[in-house]
Amino acid sequence: MEKKYFKSIEELRIDTSRENDIHAAGDKFYILDAQREALTLPSTTRRDFLKAFGFTIASAAVATSCEQPVRKAIPFLIQPEGIIPGKASYYASTFYDGIDYCSVLVKVRDGRPIKIEGNSLSSVTKGGTNARTQASVLNLYDNARHKNPSKNGSEISWEQLDSEVIAKIREASSSNKKIVILTSSVISPSTNAAINDFASAFAGTELVTYDAFPASGMLDANESSFGVPFIPSYRFDKADLIVSFDADFLGSWLSPVEYTKQYIVNRKLVDGQRKMSRHIHFEGAMSLTGSNADYRVQLRPSHQKMVLAQLLSELRQQSGSATPGLGDASNDVKELAKNLMQHKGKSLVVCGSNSRDEQLLVNEINQILGNYGATIETDIQLKTRQGLNHRVTRLVEEMNAGKVGALIIMDVNPLYDYPQAAQFAQGLQKVGMSIALNVISDETSAATTFVGPDHHYLEAWNDAEVKTGFYSLSQPAIRPIFNTRSAQESLLKWSGNNTDFRSYIKAYWQKNLFAADNSYLSFESFWNAKLHDGVFESGRKETVAVAYTADAVNKVLASLAGKTMADSIDLVLYTNVGVGTGKHANNPWLQELPDPVTKACWDNYVMISPRLAEELNISDEQLVTINDSITLPAIIQPGQEYKTLAVALGYGRQNTGVPANGVGQNAYPLLGSEAGNISFYIAGVALSPQNSSYPVARTQSHHSLEGRELLRETTLEEYLENPQAGNEAHFEAEHHKKSMYPKVEFDGMHWGMAIDMNACTGCNACVVACSSENNVPVVGKEQVLASREMHWIRIDRYYNGDINDPEVVRQPVMCQHCDNAPCENVCPVAATTHSNEGINQMAYNRCIGTRYCANNCPYKVRRFNFLDYTGADSFKGNRMDPTEMTTDLRRLVLNPDVTIRAKGVIEKCSFCVQRIQEKKLVAKTENRELRDGEIVPACAQACAAEAIVFGNLNDKNSKVSRYFASERNYHLLEEVHTLPSVGYLTKVKNKSV
Amino acid sequence: MYVSPIREPLIKGSKDYSQVTKDILAPMAGKPSKYWYMGITLAGSAALFGAWATFMTVYYGIGTWGLNKTIGWAWDITNFVWWVGIGHAGTFISAILLLFRQRWRTSINRSAEAMTLMAIACAGFFPLIHMGRLLLGFFILPYPNTRDLWVNFNSPLLWDVFAITTYLLVSLIFWYIGLIPDLGTVRDKATNKIRKAIYGFLSFGWTGSARHWSRHETVSLILAGLAAPLVLSVHTIVSFDFATSVIPGWHTTIFPPYFVSGAVFSGFAMVLTLLIVARKALNLEDYITVGHIENMNKVIIITGSIVGIAYITEFFIAWYSGVEYEMYAFINRATGPYAWAYWIMMTCNVITPQLFWFKKIRTNLVATFIISIFVNIGMWFERFVIVVTSLHRDYLPSSWTMYKPTIVEVGLYVGTLGVFFTLFLLFIRVFPVIAIAEVKSVLKATGENKKDHHHE
Repeated sequence: MEKKYFKSIEELRIDTSRENDIHAAGDKFYILDAQREALTLPSTTRRDFLKAFGFTIASAAVATSCEQPVRKAIPFLIQPEGIIPGKASYYASTFYDGIDYCSVLVKVRDGRPIKIEGNSLSSVTKGGTNARTQASVLNLYDNARHKNPSKNGSEISWEQLDSEVIAKIREASSSNKKIVILTSSVISPSTNAAINDFASAFAGTELVTYDAFPASGMLDANESSFGVPFIPSYRFDKADLIVSFDADFLGSWLSPVEYTKQYIVNRKLVDGQRKMSRHIHFEGAMSLTGSNADYRVQLRPSHQKMVLAQLLSELRQQSGSATPGLGDASNDVKELAKNLMQHKGKSLVVCGSNSRDEQLLVNEINQILGNYGATIETDIQLKTRQGLNHRVTRLVEEMNAGKVGALIIMDVNPLYDYPQAAQFAQGLQKVGMSIALNVISDETSAATTFVGPDHHYLEAWNDAEVKTGFYSLSQPAIRPIFNTRSAQESLLKWSGNNTDFRSYIKAYWQKNLFAADNSYLSFESFWNAKLHDGVFESGRKETVAVAYTADAVNKVLASLAGKTMADSIDLVLYTNVGVGTGKHANNPWLQELPDPVTKACWDNYVMISPRLAEELNISDEQLVTINDSITLPAIIQPGQEYKTLAVALGYGRQNTGVPANGVGQNAYPLLGSEAGNISFYIAGVALSPQNSSYPVARTQSHHSLEGRELLRETTLEEYLENPQAGNEAHFEAEHHKKSMYPKVEFDGMHWGMAIDMNACTGCNACVVACSSENNVPVVGKEQVLASREMHWIRIDRYYNGDINDPEVVRQPVMCQHCDNAPCENVCPVAATTHSNEGINQMAYNRCIGTRYCANNCPYKVRRFNFLDYTGADSFKGNRMDPTEMTTDLRRLVLNPDVTIRAKGVIEKCSFCVQRIQEKKLVAKTENRELRDGEIVPACAQACAAEAIVFGNLNDKNSKVSRYFASERNYHLLEEVHTLPSVGYLTKVKNKSV
Repeated sequence: MYVSPIREPLIKGSKDYSQVTKDILAPMAGKPSKYWYMGITLAGSAALFGAWATFMTVYYGIGTWGLNKTIGWAWDITNFVWWVGIGHAGTFISAILLLFRQRWRTSINRSAEAMTLMAIACAGFFPLIHMGRLLLGFFILPYPNTRDLWVNFNSPLLWDVFAITTYLLVSLIFWYIGLIPDLGTVRDKATNKIRKAIYGFLSFGWTGSARHWSRHETVSLILAGLAAPLVLSVHTIVSFDFATSVIPGWHTTIFPPYFVSGAVFSGFAMVLTLLIVARKALNLEDYITVGHIENMNKVIIITGSIVGIAYITEFFIAWYSGVEYEMYAFINRATGPYAWAYWIMMTCNVITPQLFWFKKIRTNLVATFIISIFVNIGMWFERFVIVVTSLHRDYLPSSWTMYKPTIVEVGLYVGTLGVFFTLFLLFIRVFPVIAIAEVKSVLKATGENKKDHHHE
């Protein structure tokens, strides 16, 4: 019998009385009847429906379901020792690209190097880096790298290459032709040994050192003055008075990272230091270093020799020696001479010119001032930039004369950066065999018969002795990505030695260096320790005695007698902190790096003084032609000497690929020479304005502070009198700081950052470090022109005063992590919030991109992904990646700890929250409290000037708290009551009012 | 015996009720004119341009616009505020004037309200399209979810969401309730079955019984009471987007009243622009008389003057505050790179409406039409000036930039204009443009009709 369910007694009764009295139940009956009908409908109908429904949905789902990407996660079959997935390993290594040296730590995640950090164990670079060092990791993943050995452009095997090359070398050797190894300055002792081995294997081998940015003038001068060609070791930290004649020692001159570290020792007025060096800078073009000087004096480069001579003659006079009859020195020079005499042995005069004569004059100036042995060390010498120009000139002549049988090019690119590249190319045709061991495809390797690609430095073993006794090691941080071979190994192989270069270095160190350190029992432990540290400082000193002779300089002075300073337009050719000599031009991070002076990127241009521009009626970005050979846009540069133009080298690369190709113009062909040395200025250029203009991408277009107290500064005198000098507004703001709301307190940590604007030089290393650490997209020139660069940290640069001779001030600005953040309360979806440690956080997944936060940020540090820069967007085919940063190869550089941001979301500085988290976990597992200074954000890590300090504001003894307690500390726009967690220390210039 | 001067009749031409019905329903009958076709083709093309621009924006991203790191809003929010402002006249006319018993409103309230709805729809488009990730735009709604994500009730942008949707809903209901008796009339006049069925459905079975009328009037009054504060609140809340920020030029306490009067100002201008054309094209000159136009012009003088005083007050307060950023923001408005926009705004909004003090001008249709266009332009520039010139030079001079719109942004704006006019053209074909029932109620309220009756 069918079961009957009822809900109430009433229902049951009605049901039983149904037959008897239908009408008695009235309306209620019908309703209940209908209800029951619904209840007792054949249940199969509903189930059938559900079945049919389910089947339809399921089949529709199956039929139309999208193809799911197959993601493979393959675990290690055998866990490699020391590798924990998700945990970074650091390997000490050495960055040396022929120009810059830096001792580094390589951060490796899951087998990929992803970040370069400074190695604080090195007493040369002391943990500092520069922009190029930071960016070098991206060169490892350059799309334009040589992937295989090749002959005339077609791929061959190493065996084939070896047999053909050896045959050619033998042929050259036997036919008494020269075998030339062309390389940039070799600072690796093992490489030198390998080259010597090669030379002894093949008669007629010669090593020619070719530096694109040489210091041959100084080498020549020192040979004349001291009998030995060498570059001394400068000690900016020991100098109270630094006088630089066009030496951009914080940016490009000789060893900028080392000099920055030394320079700031006497520039930081923190932790009780009240002494500061004075920096006087003479230059024509506005440079990074010049813009940091206490006094900057404009000096046309062609006048520099005469001014140096006048200074020398003043000094000679004041020290009682005979003086040559030179024109009357200006009061500036007289004053300077007097000033220098007061700082005997505590001063340092440097000159960036590549003219032997000028370096001779500077040598005697330093000699008179007693700086040798005090601020200039001759027993420790710098080993980079050893190239002598006349050697290369001779090589080109020999090549053209058919005297060179084999040319082995080791990662130099003369067809691009040699001023007479055409002659070099002609000569190359007449060389029996040419091979380029270059890493990245370039102009030179496109012209050689063979290409035997070298490893990138992060894949290779190497060593270095950057200064006498200062050794360091390079070790591979990744297996070679392509079919490459260490250049040294190639040389060894060709000379019949089949050892790998690692064993070779090890043997060299065992033989030559182990003895210098007796604290290790065995070589193995010595080697492991040094490999771990990356550096070995043996304490070795040069033993060749140097004695000063004034003969050469007297000749120079004699030649200058009676000469006047010509009134011509001079052109300075310089290298910037980005692409430098052009070797790194294919690095998108460096191309997009705004120049610290002009704030321009993605191009080179002609810097022209406002006065000259007005005279010649040249407007900003108007195209001008120099000497009928090169046409570039003009940029009107405040502070540029009246008749000095400046053009950056390193642009206009060919045969390299995206992004370097077609960026700017090659200015190397413009380089002149003086007495066989390349001269980095040419006097008397012809400048012809064109009728068209060319847009230059600049990240900053307004250059005046408009009288706003954003960047506070004072002078040393005022500061010593009153440490609050220049910072009065801070104390006023503190006085008025009131709120209706209770003060937000942070338990535990309250992260803060202090920036010492006296230390910051504006070198931009932090910008690249930040891009590298945080996967900041590169957007390309068009987007920078549209003011959409994505940098999380920027260095604002303002001019102040006379447009023809302004003061320059700089201020790094990143997210201020305001405790009363205007961005946070306006986000409708709460995608940006405040952490309980005081960090302003972004939840990218939650962001819908209203940009309200960016509008309401008074610091304008929030960056919006206007287009699909990263390839993270869900639509296909809309990617905006003109710099090819999203190829599979380039993507290997991405930091897996930081999310890639999609199109349409806001991003910004996170205080490197991933680093904070990492160190917190370390402290937790070690069951201890975090130590002050343990957490270092990428920008602070990169900073050679130690201008950025990060830490816990709740810890009153932390360094950042000490900085915050300083009378110099203030907050940007503190009167808006945003309560920033970033503090700035006022800039103090050491000058008389 | 002294006879006091009689009021002008609200409806001219000594009409009887049946004539009124006929006149007003005339535009809906028969085939549309060739001007209508031309109009809808033009408006439709503009809307298609907008559709293309929308696709570009969603597919390629906001990067197709002229925005940059400093200027995060420009045409998008300018258009949004402009459209919201235009959407203020309808409800103002039907709700506030109803409460104030201004019976002349009956001739214009229907079309003004329709315009409000279309303008709000156009306005609502911009906050959506300006999102970098439109497809995740639903995050802005406080819906329950398993991840405990909740919206930020501190954000004025979220207040906008509620303000705009509430306003749209209330206006829509108010408008539709008003339509019901007329839809009954349309149904009764319909000659074909389908039409009868449709309008029969839309009129919710309206029979015109006394009870229906009584309920209708009550609901209308309640809705008017609800809508009246909304007229004030919507633009107040829109102004909070700016007023609660920290950006000089945005952070201004005068914004709520200033925005509301500006909104009514621009709304009336748009109503005038449309109706001056519509009354001619639809032969409704007897219903929308010069008297109506003049009344609206008077509202324009008042609101325009309030706006003008607000502009001057802003400058005074900027100086009086002594805040250098604030002072600079206003000096920059009047003398900076976007000064041209500022002076267009000043000319169109402050100077031209003052011409309405002359009766000759405010009763002249051509002059009124031209000035109404000026006000529309001026009010667009007002928002542009507020949004862009405040942003492009704020606190840190290092970040100062310039802004230039792209074709995509123009497309979005033109697109909404296209949608607006398309909808309006459709509206005049499917709904009576004048509230027939309400107009009938004022037919004999004043004027000749009454007098004639009395003396007969």
